[in-house]
Amino acid sequence: MTVSAVVMSGIDKRFGAVHANKSVDLDVAKGSIHGLIGENGAGKSTLMSILFGFYAADSGTITVDGKAVSIRSSADAISHGIGMVHQHFMLVDTFTVVENVMLGAEGGALTARGEALTRARLKELGKTYGLEVPLDTLVSELTVGELQRVEILKALVRDARVLILDEPTAVLTPTEVEQLFVMLRRLRDEGKTVIIVTHKLKEIMAVTDRVSVMRRGEMVAHLDTAATSPEALAEAMVGRRVVLRVDKGPAKPGATILTVRGLTVKDEKGVTRVNDVSLSVRAGEIVGIAGVSGNGQSELLEVLAGLRAPLKGEILLEGRPVESAAKNESKRLRKMGLRHVPEDRHRLGLVKEFSASESAILGCHDEAGYGSGPFLDAAAIRRDCEVKMSAFDVRPANPDLKTALFSGGNQQKIVLAREIERDPILLLVGQPTRGVDIGAIEFIHKRLIELRDRGKAILLVSVELDEIMALSDRILVMCAGEITGERTPERTDERDLGLLMAGVRERAA
Amino acid sequence: MIEFVSFMVVALDSAVRLSVPLLLACLAGMYSERAGIVDIGLEGKMLVAAFAAGVTAFLVPNPWVGMLAAIAVAVLFALIHGYASINQRGNQIVSGVAINVLASGLTAVLGNAWFREGGRTPQLPGHARFQEITLPGADLVKDVPFLGTLYSDIISGHSAPVYLCILAVPLTWFVFYRTRFGLRLRAVGENPHAVDTAGISVMKMRYGAVIICGILCGMAGAYLAIGQSAGFNNDMTAGKGFIALAALIFAKWRPVPALGACFLFGLLDAVAIRLQGVALPMIGQVPVQAIQSLPYILTVILLAGFIGKAIPPRAAGMPYSKDR
Repeated sequence: MTVSAVVMSGIDKRFGAVHANKSVDLDVAKGSIHGLIGENGAGKSTLMSILFGFYAADSGTITVDGKAVSIRSSADAISHGIGMVHQHFMLVDTFTVVENVMLGAEGGALTARGEALTRARLKELGKTYGLEVPLDTLVSELTVGELQRVEILKALVRDARVLILDEPTAVLTPTEVEQLFVMLRRLRDEGKTVIIVTHKLKEIMAVTDRVSVMRRGEMVAHLDTAATSPEALAEAMVGRRVVLRVDKGPAKPGATILTVRGLTVKDEKGVTRVNDVSLSVRAGEIVGIAGVSGNGQSELLEVLAGLRAPLKGEILLEGRPVESAAKNESKRLRKMGLRHVPEDRHRLGLVKEFSASESAILGCHDEAGYGSGPFLDAAAIRRDCEVKMSAFDVRPANPDLKTALFSGGNQQKIVLAREIERDPILLLVGQPTRGVDIGAIEFIHKRLIELRDRGKAILLVSVELDEIMALSDRILVMCAGEITGERTPERTDERDLGLLMAGVRERAA
Repeated sequence: MIEFVSFMVVALDSAVRLSVPLLLACLAGMYSERAGIVDIGLEGKMLVAAFAAGVTAFLVPNPWVGMLAAIAVAVLFALIHGYASINQRGNQIVSGVAINVLASGLTAVLGNAWFREGGRTPQLPGHARFQEITLPGADLVKDVPFLGTLYSDIISGHSAPVYLCILAVPLTWFVFYRTRFGLRLRAVGENPHAVDTAGISVMKMRYGAVIICGILCGMAGAYLAIGQSAGFNNDMTAGKGFIALAALIFAKWRPVPALGACFLFGLLDAVAIRLQGVALPMIGQVPVQAIQSLPYILTVILLAGFIGKAIPPRAAGMPYSKDR
């Protein structure tokens, strides 16, 4: 007979027209690691926000340790022994670790006593759970892994018995993920209950005891992890059969399209972000750049797209030198056949306030088909968008709808349609499936492989190792601005890439 | 030489007086901005407070009653700014500007309607104003060179609000760095989401800060009308609220450097007044405006990154909502 740590039943929540949670039930056994999985917008974050008192449910009940409770604020949740580690860390950068941990639990009007108590508690917890962090360092100086530990400690200091982790692995290296899982198992073995929210099937399989699946605001399945498979989970998440593997034939690389030699990039603060990077991409191949986010991939991509000036180095597009620093370079590069699907589509790829048809011609306004002279031909732009929407299966297929109202996956399809339909010789793609649901991922991957098979060169930057492994014909790994190794997907595995991502160089061959 | 020393003694003494409203307003802005509410309306709050103090001290001839009225009115205006920027998530700059415009117009109109002296309030008798206090022993040490002069001529002989104001500096330091309230206040201006998830009400914290800001602005305004002067004059704040904001940036939002910055700006003002029409050797006559603009010039130089770096509280000016 298992005892429940948390029971949520009949939880219903609407945000205006959006029905985020439809009478959702969740039963989490005490002393277990429980996975909550679903696509973006499935309602899992809403459900956890309700449990942590961030939103109030419209109806439904919550029971913690067998007692019916009403959770109207985070303070209520904390007092019932619920702690949450948010995807975006809730830390004050200018505070030390101790200050951050004691915020909200200062133990009196003056901070001196609370600080001493917090310090002692942190040392004790550090020993019990292997959660050691420097106590007097400013939070802004910690690594992402350490920040996460501070968040977990924050919950533990408040005597959390139930720990909710929202997408905890998004920013971690594979090694850090391993360490996190070790920590979570230890917490479970000490009697804590862990709820882990994620969209990554592999992690659910690796660490959870039970898993609940959400789809479009509904709870669709409760499963024992041991009795299920990634395929079954994916099917439950999407509601239809999904092919997790990307089918692709061997690459037939042709002439070299992009050559980069000795590229060094410094950012505005003078910090070297890309250090002496050389690489090449040939026609008909996908070169993937793996690495934990923030290791220079973004800057590399921006330089190649003509958005940022390099400090030194040489870039050749079909043998012709590219002067990245020159004005209007990105426009000239587009004329030369380079297209760019930026990492951050909201910042660089789309204008959220524009209609879909307007977003679909960004940067191409001056092309002949869209108007003449200073005037745009609205009807032609609309027709063009309709064609792209049906080709790329954008839903809803309404060119007049505001861009912001499309889901992440459909926004990304609009960007891809705009860039791929221009028949580029080189496509730069950053995080093509970030915030994109599984169904759309499948579609986007297929289109990229198709483009490759048409003999185009593709440079892919992604922090999702699975994506890199599935799409790339060659893999380059970046760490701290340098390329730490090159692999082919057949001759490597996650562990190997993980070491390169952490900066462990290739051993002398 | 003796001329220079006596010039400096007078200048320093008047610098203390002139820096008091600056320092009070600067600390007011510090509480507000450290909590994430940008307050460009310090000027307006000081002005309505000065008006309230002038009117009340005329009706009830007691400076402390005048100051209480000033504080009440300034807090009311602070709450308007708080409501606009905390509840309504409005633009804090726009709200601050609105308060300045409202204050300037309202004091002139009401003053004229009530007293018909061109917007001024009637001259106050001595007992309705803050009187200068001679600190114990000041007369005894008067003739001791340097230290004695410093104590009796510069430190002693100011009115009560001056000493309250100077006490406010260590008090603010203590509140910011040694109390629960201060920890939460600093946190709410850096990352309100962290405060909210720690189970603390962002709204309560920000209102607390805004009210303290109002109290300090009230004291600053009261000092202007019934400490430094004998009544309220049209637009008597004359940009002090903005100089206080400059000092706040100059002090990088820290209480002790704020004391230094405000005293420096007060001294510049005092020197500017003394140098009016005086021809300096080698340089000639310096326009008063040139010296009066120095605080702004220094602040621009600071912001341009020549003297260290002034990084404002990260969440300053941004309305808080739970959605990210």
